[in-house]
Amino acid sequence: MKKTKLYEINVKNGAKMVDFAGYSMPVQYESIIAEHKAVRNNVGLFDVSHMGEVFVEGEKALDFVNYITINDASKLTPGKVQYSAMCYEDGGIVDDLLVYKFSDTKFLLVINASNIEKDFDWMVKNNIFGASLTNASDDYTLIAVQGPESKNLVEKVFNRSIDLEYYTFTEGQFQGIDVIISRTGYTGELGYELYFIGDEKISSGLWEALVAAGNNVKPAGLGSRDSLRLEMGYCLYGNDIDQTTNPLEAGLGWITKLTKENFIGKEALLKVKSEGLKRKLTPLLIKDKCFPRHGYDVAVNGNVIGKLTSGTVSPVLEKGIALAYLNLEFTAPGTEVDIIIREKGYKAEVVKLPFIEKK
Amino acid sequence: MQIPAGLKYTTDHEWIKVEGNTAWIGITDFAQSELGDIVFLDIDPNLSSISKGDSFGNIEAVKTVGTLYAPCSGTVLEINTTLNDNPETINSDPYGDGWLIKIEITDASGLEKLMDDAEYKKQVGA
Repeated sequence: MKKTKLYEINVKNGAKMVDFAGYSMPVQYESIIAEHKAVRNNVGLFDVSHMGEVFVEGEKALDFVNYITINDASKLTPGKVQYSAMCYEDGGIVDDLLVYKFSDTKFLLVINASNIEKDFDWMVKNNIFGASLTNASDDYTLIAVQGPESKNLVEKVFNRSIDLEYYTFTEGQFQGIDVIISRTGYTGELGYELYFIGDEKISSGLWEALVAAGNNVKPAGLGSRDSLRLEMGYCLYGNDIDQTTNPLEAGLGWITKLTKENFIGKEALLKVKSEGLKRKLTPLLIKDKCFPRHGYDVAVNGNVIGKLTSGTVSPVLEKGIALAYLNLEFTAPGTEVDIIIREKGYKAEVVKLPFIEKK
Repeated sequence: MQIPAGLKYTTDHEWIKVEGNTAWIGITDFAQSELGDIVFLDIDPNLSSISKGDSFGNIEAVKTVGTLYAPCSGTVLEINTTLNDNPETINSDPYGDGWLIKIEITDASGLEKLMDDAEYKKQVGA
């Protein structure tokens, strides 16, 4: 199993380590709920170094990125970030990702840990423009600083004011090491993601500097990362999206630029659009006391109409929240459905995303 | 990790405290730690009896759900309803205020086969 450069500090902080996508990762430190609330109310630090980083360089970098992703990367200017996805020819999703533009000839694609090998193979296989592709996933440490206090921490550590719009980035230095400071995250809070190449000493040094830069700065694990993203209704690859789902039914129509000249999956997605969606990823708020989880059936009048792709009890709402692919007739807000848990039905209602207000 | 003496332990990481014909049942410190944040206790409020080896409810935690198995047969005297509002008590005080149900034992057979604290300590490698 792979260890991140922050492994030792995670263990020292009392993390419960689990195998995630081939990496030993912290699922929680003290408490998932406490870590979740710390991010909503103050700040939390996440080791997300398992995420993959692929650099695309050369004269044809933009052509390649625009061909392999579904959003329009030509709209990016240097210093901007874009949420996007890669699709197969049939419109199924290879992965969702972030696209960073450094210059016309340099892009960074940030991909999911569980998909690094598959994604990189896919990129190499479809590199019809001959761009230079570098899988730098093993080199990078990634610390996500998330929560209302995150800006103060980052400014203190880099010793300068950092005024970044959402989905933009800048570069800074920490102890002589270059750091990509990105105003992005997976929590819905004000937050930054710090990418850098550094050994254990530099990595834990930056972590400790962030801890020392504020009051009560808590480490947060993948458990709270999941409940935070679900409160916002963000998709998780492997749960809510995968090769059997297309971006239009997953609610990712806003990143699917069908007017773009040519990209992998375009024809299939145009067909999906012209034929109309059959099902949609639908947010459900659970009225009864229960704990909705991935894989549970959704039913109407005793007939199963779908399965939950994600579910949890929202620490903020203290109610069950879930996502499920449902046939269009059941997707209007206000529609009542049942979640089946151990053969018992629990009432739920279709709502709109996000489950909680984005700040 | 706490493993108090004087209790009996099951391989499913439950404890039972027997006083005469009355017994209290809960989950061990090891179990609560493995489950992590407990969100609620799912035991039918109308549960009247439990029978040895059968499931009598579930514990819902953020990470996963744990099934509760009856260590012996008995009539339910009380379900710990204070846990409805404070399920985290199971995490913080699993052998005390975090007890789950109180029963009157109707069939004590099997209790003698449960582990004592020393044996349970060995099972969880503490």
